[in-house]
Amino acid sequence: MTDTAKKPDASAFGPVGKALNELDDRLGIAKGGRSLLDKIFPDHWSFMLGEIALYSFVILLLSGIFLTLYFVPSQDVVTYMGSYAPLHGQHVSAAFASTVDLTFNVRCGLLMRQIHHWACVIFLGAIVVHMARVFFTGAFRKPRELNWSIGTILLILGIANGFLGYSLPDDLVSGTGLRIAFSITESIPVVGTYLSFFLFGGNFPGTAVIPRFFTIHVLLVPLIMLGLVTAHLFLLVRQKHTQFPGKGRTEKNVVGAPMVPVFAAKATGFFFMVFGVTALLGGLAQINPIWQFGPYDAAKISYAVQPDWYMGWLDGALRIWPAWEWTGFGHTIPLEVTLPAVILPGIVFTLALLWPGLERKLTKDEAMHNLLDRPRDRPKRTAFGSAYFAFLAMLFIASSTDVVANFFHISLNAVLWAMRVLVILVPLITYPVAYALCKELQAAEGGKRKRANVVTRTAEGEYVAVPAEQRPGDGHHELDPEPVPDFIDFDGADPSAPGVRQVGR
Amino acid sequence: MSADDRTPVSLSTAGPDDPHMQPLARNPQRMEMAIGLAMVAGIAAIIGFGVAYWYNADPWVLGATLGGGLSLLGFGITAWGKYLMPQGPFVEERHDLRGTDEERDVFAAAVVQRGGGILGRRKLLAGLAGLGLAAFGVVFAFPLIRSLGPLPGKTLDKTNWRKGTYLVDQTGREIHVDDLAVGGIVTVFPKGKEDTPEGQAVDQTVIIRIATRDFTTRPGRETWGPQGYVAYSKLCTHLGCPVGLYEQQLELLVCPCHQSMFDVTNGAWPNFGPAPRPLPQLPIYIDGRGYIRAQSDYTEPVGPGFWERS
Repeated sequence: MTDTAKKPDASAFGPVGKALNELDDRLGIAKGGRSLLDKIFPDHWSFMLGEIALYSFVILLLSGIFLTLYFVPSQDVVTYMGSYAPLHGQHVSAAFASTVDLTFNVRCGLLMRQIHHWACVIFLGAIVVHMARVFFTGAFRKPRELNWSIGTILLILGIANGFLGYSLPDDLVSGTGLRIAFSITESIPVVGTYLSFFLFGGNFPGTAVIPRFFTIHVLLVPLIMLGLVTAHLFLLVRQKHTQFPGKGRTEKNVVGAPMVPVFAAKATGFFFMVFGVTALLGGLAQINPIWQFGPYDAAKISYAVQPDWYMGWLDGALRIWPAWEWTGFGHTIPLEVTLPAVILPGIVFTLALLWPGLERKLTKDEAMHNLLDRPRDRPKRTAFGSAYFAFLAMLFIASSTDVVANFFHISLNAVLWAMRVLVILVPLITYPVAYALCKELQAAEGGKRKRANVVTRTAEGEYVAVPAEQRPGDGHHELDPEPVPDFIDFDGADPSAPGVRQVGR
Repeated sequence: MSADDRTPVSLSTAGPDDPHMQPLARNPQRMEMAIGLAMVAGIAAIIGFGVAYWYNADPWVLGATLGGGLSLLGFGITAWGKYLMPQGPFVEERHDLRGTDEERDVFAAAVVQRGGGILGRRKLLAGLAGLGLAAFGVVFAFPLIRSLGPLPGKTLDKTNWRKGTYLVDQTGREIHVDDLAVGGIVTVFPKGKEDTPEGQAVDQTVIIRIATRDFTTRPGRETWGPQGYVAYSKLCTHLGCPVGLYEQQLELLVCPCHQSMFDVTNGAWPNFGPAPRPLPQLPIYIDGRGYIRAQSDYTEPVGPGFWERS
């Protein structure tokens, strides 16, 4: 009797086992499936940051689908007569009217809108912190350069899609953002006017931008991102996780918890927690109240409005850049826009994309790396990364010059000039300080918790501090890692059960 | 074939006494109780969300029940995984991703020979195939990109202001010389364009009364400020935001977006912030009935800079 002619086995593991056998007959899942269940996830809090990004992405997809069912992507002018009385009789776009309607008239509409917006804010924040983790611990090194690049592209797409989505309600604040986006596109030499006219379907504002941005926001970019997220996770499984050095951990193994059941439980629970916190924020913390901003009117503007946080550094760069417009040969290059809003982000993201290759060139390190660095052990990289973040942080602060001036009662001129200086000075100071701190930490005894001191008074009245005895449970004791057992059982398996036999390990 | 007549596969089992299989919790019974309580509370809150939805409760009730429920349930499941499941650690070997030298050679040979070799043997066909793909790529870009919008042409150089156009406010009311006191300001549009998107986005202009007599903001603009009325484009020359703030004491127009400031007594010269150019001034006159009208279109393009601007 050949294998192919064999009837599907009744399994020793009941109906589930039988179903798995049926699947294995057709898909051959048993061989790879087992090792997938045993896949080891190393344990460290910082490995959870990327998970936050992933789960926020799922929340974005779920809440976003809900919103598309009610949102009308059209710039047609309608007279608002919905349930929000202060806007009655106003001429608004269908996009704005439908957003207000879904906010007030659809059950859970406001909650979903705010969950969607908060999830976006959290998503991009988690990506940035996750990237910082990967950067400072050297997880991007060979063989993971490609995954670093995919992650960076995901960040760029995420920022772009955040801006697009922010623009869709066509309210006063987002409309001003669109006007600025048009002007930035216009500022690109030679092709700028063409690009902006093609993007907006004519001169600003036109009637094409909301329907177009809607399609890009809900279809094009999410589709690309979904593909890239899949590739990101596939590479992660293929190349296996990095881990910090420690007991039994080498370049040749991975130590931690198996995917099933330990990691699966932790991850499922963590997904619910991320969703829960996002829902709490969505229900309790107001975000983007467009009914208060009112509909977009190109001749109106609001004071002290800031973009979402991930656009802040670009806005800051635009604020502090000197007015360097170049004219000549019958042409104009608005360098005060092109440099901060096109060239600068270009440099920031290109540098991020190329960093793994750059570091490989600089250090001539071509080896494979599966063990992570402690940031202090790579002082130059850590110092550079810190300076890079300090630069972006200064630009971010610069996006609120008017608020800072108002709040602290300082002249706006002084704040502007201070930011122009600080944006250069702070990174220059950050580098040597971070470098020195790394060297200092290297010298200190690392990794062990300080023991409590017991202060005693001698008969002469002298006080002496003596480190306390180590108590059981003070130190971190870890067992030697072992392969995942074939069969996990807590209360002892029933040795007489068919197919199950206890063997010595 | 039944399960009984085959030899059972031997499965190694970690016994209950194996330290790797012990939970991390010092007191598993109490931990289980705590986790159970969190999960019960979570489930109750999630059911509460359903009830709140049914009665169309306020958004904060919906958010608090859903968020609180999911958080508690998630906390319970995570704690179960962390404290009650086998603490490990377990290990998995990492296998080299790279193939053997032989596998690599075989693969590279196939790629190079089948790629380069085949293409190299028929250079004409390879060239034609490349040319065809390139032509397709270039030509197909036209419908994808060129159809998206009209060519800019001279669109950005012009506005709807013409000789004799009345200045009207957003409701369409014409501006009369007696309308504003010194220090007054109003946003105006060309008559008939006040309710159109391009009127609001491109033609928007502010008219300010800075004196009672004719006012000259720059040499050569002697007739542009009749009876102290001056009109400037409201589009910031930095990024095109409406220059919506007027600081009356300092006679400055301020852009709220990036804080450029324009001196209205001096041809709206930018004296602070990132704006590179003054706001274009609209030449105006007062007709026989006292209404304010435009002498002509702006003498230069309004709004931010672009390549074709001379």
